[in-house]
Amino acid sequence: MKVEHSYWHLFVAVYRKDVTLAFRQRAEIVNPLLFFLIVISLFPLAIGPEPALLGRMAAGIIWVAALLSTMLGLDKLFRDDYADGSLEQMIASPYPVSLSVLAKVAAHWTITGLPMVLMAPLFALLMNLDSQALGATILTLLIGTPLLSFIGAIGAALTVGLQKGGILMSLLVLPLYIPVLIFATSAIDTASMSVAYGGQLAILGAMLAVAIVTAPIAISSALRVSVS
Amino acid sequence: MQFESLSDFFHMGGYAFYVWLSFGSCAAILLGLVWASLNDAKRIKREVEAQMKREARIKQAQEEAKA
Amino acid sequence: MWKWLHPYAKAERAYKLCNTLLPYFVTVTAVCIAVGWIWGLAFAPADYQQKDSYRIIFIHVPSAILSMGAYSSMAIAAIVALVWQLRNAELAVIAIAPVGAAMTAIALITGAAWGKPMWGAWWVWDARLTSELILLFLYFGVLSLYHAFEDKKSGGRAACILAIVGVINLPIIHFSVEWWNTLHQGSTITKFDTSAIDSSMLWPLLINILGFAAFVGALSLVRLKNEILQVEKHRPWVRQLVSRG
Repeated sequence: MKVEHSYWHLFVAVYRKDVTLAFRQRAEIVNPLLFFLIVISLFPLAIGPEPALLGRMAAGIIWVAALLSTMLGLDKLFRDDYADGSLEQMIASPYPVSLSVLAKVAAHWTITGLPMVLMAPLFALLMNLDSQALGATILTLLIGTPLLSFIGAIGAALTVGLQKGGILMSLLVLPLYIPVLIFATSAIDTASMSVAYGGQLAILGAMLAVAIVTAPIAISSALRVSVS
Repeated sequence: MQFESLSDFFHMGGYAFYVWLSFGSCAAILLGLVWASLNDAKRIKREVEAQMKREARIKQAQEEAKA
Repeated sequence: MWKWLHPYAKAERAYKLCNTLLPYFVTVTAVCIAVGWIWGLAFAPADYQQKDSYRIIFIHVPSAILSMGAYSSMAIAAIVALVWQLRNAELAVIAIAPVGAAMTAIALITGAAWGKPMWGAWWVWDARLTSELILLFLYFGVLSLYHAFEDKKSGGRAACILAIVGVINLPIIHFSVEWWNTLHQGSTITKFDTSAIDSSMLWPLLINILGFAAFVGALSLVRLKNEILQVEKHRPWVRQLVSRG
């Protein structure tokens, strides 16, 4: 008997599998967050504790830390599935690969990006960020971190078949992160000057929209190359 | 000719270091890449040749063993 | 419509085409770069403002143009490789990448050497410099991805995908960097209006651009020949070629 599933079912199934797996091994969720926290606490130690200086640099520091900690989870995004063969099953299945990929990226964001958004007020406190900038930080992280997951997943898909893919992946992905970094930090900067920062958010949103449409195509063709 | 003398030319109106640094590094990079590419071509051809010789030797040894 | 192109999908035919084209590219390169450098260095008049330091323009501008030109041709080759599954186009991507990276490196080094006497600093976080640096990272990404694969066939296709992703991102990166630059710092750098350049300087510049373009073409052909040989080294035609010497 052939069981037909709707695309929505497929999406939910893949998404739930990844999120459940992550919750079973909590380190996967906790470690990037801890890394994020530690990187942020290194900066005041390195550049000095003056509140004014930290407040000025906070946007950049939070975002650089966010970039680095998303990289941590990316390496595992497809690796386990690649190792146990379920990636091949995913590609061989009659359902579109882009859809499963979309679900996996969404799960990755739920595991790494969303906790960062939720923790943002704490980091803002640590970095002496003012209240106007706090809203902007949360909003840019909310729009920007899924974008990071999408772009990063392309790199992860390209390097999943390699033995030492981790460093190479960051080499490929970090240059592509630059626009996200620029617009997100400038939104926070603008917000701390009490100027409207809707423009930057709109550009980030536009980039996210483009990424949702095009990135799964790139990711699935990269996976096909890696699996073959 | 824009320059009065050869030493004037090398002096580049006081900017000698910068001008010759850029032209020198440019020439070095371009020539280095050309050299590497031509060297690659030679290496690949040598490899093919060595492989052919090895196969010929194996064939010869097999024939000798048969005879 | 594309039938005339099909024979060139065969490696041997493509190799022979490279051989036919190569002498023309080499001649143009040698003539243009020799004429362009001597003209630019010795005969072009000195700039009234920048004196003789402006002579760096004769290699800086061509290498900057070609760094982007090489990337676009690499991306076109990548699209061709993925859409029509042409192995030779994949090899072309790998052949062009190091040449483009060299052009980018030259543009950066000459830019620094020009910046020091003019702006007083080797490196400025100017929009163009920054995007050029990111371009270099993208080239390195394509190359190291290809070399990381043990199976060169998958490596080639992975590099093609990355090249295409890069070319989609390049305008975004360039735009964002330009925008970031105007926002974060006032334009401390006087932009040189290149269109207002005098013809006595323009001609050697154009000749140099042509020379650099021919150089990129020639070296890409040489490297493409290498890649084809490397891939096809067990085929009879390569053996015939080698034994003929």
